[in-house]
Amino acid sequence: MSEAEQTAVAEPQRIHVRRLDPAAIGAVMSREVANFKTFWKGTTFSSVLEPIVYLLAFGLGLGATIVGDVGGVPYVQFVGTGMVATAVIFSSVLPAMFGTFVKHHFQRTYDAILATPVDVEELVTAEMLWIGLRAGFYGSAPLLVTIGFGLDPAWGMLLVPVFAFVTACGFAAFGITVAASAEKIDQFNYVTTLAVTPLFLVAGTFFPIDGLPEGLQTLANLNPLYHLVELVRGGAFGFETVDIFHFGFLLVMALGMWRLAISRMQKRLID
Amino acid sequence: MSAPAIRLKQVVKTFGPITAVDGLDLEVPTGICLGLLGPNGAGKSTTMRLLTGQAIADSGSIDVLGHSLPSDGKRARAEMGVVPQLDNLDVDVTVEENLAVFARLYRVADVPDAVDRALELARLTDRRRDRVDELSGGMRRRLLLARGLVHEPRLVLLDEPTVGLDPQIRTQLWSLIDELRGQGVTILMSTHYIEEAERLADEVAVMTAGSIIARGRPADLVLEHAGRETAEIYAAPAALAEHRERAEAAGLRVRPAGPAIAVMGAERATDGLIPESAVRRAASLEDVFVLLTGEEAE
Repeated sequence: MSEAEQTAVAEPQRIHVRRLDPAAIGAVMSREVANFKTFWKGTTFSSVLEPIVYLLAFGLGLGATIVGDVGGVPYVQFVGTGMVATAVIFSSVLPAMFGTFVKHHFQRTYDAILATPVDVEELVTAEMLWIGLRAGFYGSAPLLVTIGFGLDPAWGMLLVPVFAFVTACGFAAFGITVAASAEKIDQFNYVTTLAVTPLFLVAGTFFPIDGLPEGLQTLANLNPLYHLVELVRGGAFGFETVDIFHFGFLLVMALGMWRLAISRMQKRLID
Repeated sequence: MSAPAIRLKQVVKTFGPITAVDGLDLEVPTGICLGLLGPNGAGKSTTMRLLTGQAIADSGSIDVLGHSLPSDGKRARAEMGVVPQLDNLDVDVTVEENLAVFARLYRVADVPDAVDRALELARLTDRRRDRVDELSGGMRRRLLLARGLVHEPRLVLLDEPTVGLDPQIRTQLWSLIDELRGQGVTILMSTHYIEEAERLADEVAVMTAGSIIARGRPADLVLEHAGRETAEIYAAPAALAEHRERAEAAGLRVRPAGPAIAVMGAERATDGLIPESAVRRAASLEDVFVLLTGEEAE
């Protein structure tokens, strides 16, 4: 090989390598954005329409016929504020579970990404943050819809996307953990039936949990969605001191699930 | 003399009871194309995964471009490009978006410039705004190659780069890989296509059961293991068995070749050992491959 040919090779690229490199996380998220641009319409349509359907069915249906108000709050507004939690869990857990599984097993996307200077910790963090951002946005949609049903806007509502984002990050990490642990995609049915559905039903969305038996109330207190519902209602109707605890619970849950997701994905992706 | 681009020393990797890589010693000097030739299950893909940090060796040491793996894997990966065996492009997004994402993953400073260069290399500039699922198989394969080169790596790992492709597309890719060789990029190419290794590789390492059993320039390997000439003898099974026995008794190496047997080193055969009806041809790397691995090659 001639000297001229030898010099054609590019100079070594020295990159700044550190843990949780924002450039790596941003790059992985840019891939998600590029893909999301191809299906955002369908996702936005279902994410916005679904809470409206729930609001019409429960808020107006039950509200007009069976339940007038809850603690002085019109039932449609009670359900509307609670629906934020429903929107958050469905737009975080499900995309995380199915998306992670498909990208790993079928599309082999993670093999391609991990062949670049990105590690599992950065990959999982990026996936979680992206789903968290999306679900934080879509999770706030029911609140806007409820305003259309007579809920008075309040400054505290501006914090709802933040609450929704933190909760969604936790549930996204939970979904990634499930995907990393599952051998077959069918196994997600168990998670949906045994975890997701009970969590969304016993979160105080459709009825106050203080009407439940004591044991179930204790369990409901461990449900992150309950804490999110309380925070959203705090944003809409006025915060209380206990809301700091609710937010703290969600932060701890998100951090714990994030680390668990990284650990499970590390085992799954690195032989 | 510069340090080798890749150095594996006594590397072992097991998956439960299966030893995929078994005490592998491999050095790839800077600037050459090394063909890692072996049958399916020889440990080639596991070796590739070890080099990208997607598998961690049970024992032994791995250095890539002066970086020790797995501890310094991210730095090593920043300087190498990987072209996988399976197409894992994002099919719903455009050609240029696929490249731009990977330019960002590799932390390229000027992403648009890198994308333009990669498009040119893959000869896909006029298809840059098309979705990947609108491309032909050959174009997708070229894009996959360009994606691994978007950051102008010093080292490229090609994992079965043309597996499953038709001959025209394979030839297109070979031209692209040959261009890389010309630029002095170090290439480690795993393949089980003999012709691919013969055409592209400066050196070939034959791998089986997780370790290297022969290594050298293709012509040298052929001469060392198969001599200069191979005679293919076609006959009924009983006659073939007889020819084989006589050839082996005379110290020649024999391998099955479909309906025939191939007698290697036929130039050394004494009169009458090789029948007149035998087809004589130059010994090939395929002869060496089958002889050493006991596998039929493609």
